[in-house]
Amino acid sequence: MRRLWVLVGAASIAASAFAGEIPRSERRSGYDFMGRETRAMQDDDTANPGMLWVLEGESLWDRKSGAAARACADCHGDARTTMKGVAARHPSFDAALGRPVNLEQRINRCRTERQNAPALASESRDLLALSAYVARQSRGLPIEVAVDQRMQPFLDAGRATFHRRQGQLNLACSQCHDDHWGRRLAGNVIPQAHPTGYPLYRLEWQSLGSLQRRLRNCLVGIRAEPYEYGAPELVDLELYLMWRARGMTIEAPAVRP
Amino acid sequence: MASALINVPARARRGDVIEIKTLISHVMETGYRRSQLGARLPRDIITLFVCTYNGTEVFRAELHPAIAANPFIVFSTVATESGTLAFHWTGDNGFSVTESARITVE
Repeated sequence: MRRLWVLVGAASIAASAFAGEIPRSERRSGYDFMGRETRAMQDDDTANPGMLWVLEGESLWDRKSGAAARACADCHGDARTTMKGVAARHPSFDAALGRPVNLEQRINRCRTERQNAPALASESRDLLALSAYVARQSRGLPIEVAVDQRMQPFLDAGRATFHRRQGQLNLACSQCHDDHWGRRLAGNVIPQAHPTGYPLYRLEWQSLGSLQRRLRNCLVGIRAEPYEYGAPELVDLELYLMWRARGMTIEAPAVRP
Repeated sequence: MASALINVPARARRGDVIEIKTLISHVMETGYRRSQLGARLPRDIITLFVCTYNGTEVFRAELHPAIAANPFIVFSTVATESGTLAFHWTGDNGFSVTESARITVE
């Protein structure tokens, strides 16, 4: 554990070498940039449309699936206790794959390995419902992805992607979200890009969506070729973003404009 | 999938104005959009929402295209007596969902 903290410490010193890294005291969730009405919508569980997916995930959790005829609940029991904090720790290292996996991939690994069921498609209703239900159990808990020696190269890769100019507009994520947060891009306030509420309900999508959907959106916005769902580059970027938001509170399922 | 979230106060005083919030899962496809291949996406919306209070209709809304997905309808009524509030949504392709909530009026 001690070694881990030393590593985390070394990594944060390395990170602060980058210009524009947001100091901890100034870190703000996208929630703080929203209007009063949208905030009220997120805060009220009977007005938050993301809760429809949570409700559905709750029933999927108990449903037997696949050749093993096993439900999530058969191994994991009551999600309200066993899944507490799980979303706050993802992406996490998967020893079998030798690389980090995000929450959606973890759910699908469980499906293929334990339930003998086909993996759920990215952004499918069932996968979003399950990940929303699991993420809901971490609401109010601080983000704490464990970065050890095995994770470090992937975190570095994610950081490199975040700072790399790409696309026809030749923009890096950091140019908006580190250097110009709080200012406006057309009519919208640029947030700091802390993934505190995923999967979240975007009013623009009129649906729940994963962090990868959001990242692909951003990539299209800078006219870059978006990575495929589940691509290692996206997972590394997710890992970096979660690490960058460490200590911030999970608010899943969030609502965003 | 059809699931709905209903928020009705569990108890109220007689004569109080109570706020009722309803949220239902629905795509609300307008019928004006086209797929990436150019085929028209057929209309699939909720067309009618009705709320009855112990059998008496207290609220009705007709819904049309261009209403956002997962309609969130909030309205108020006067708490007159203990009983059941029944909510009924009907729409295209035989969509029909009924939910109910109990209220105790003192």
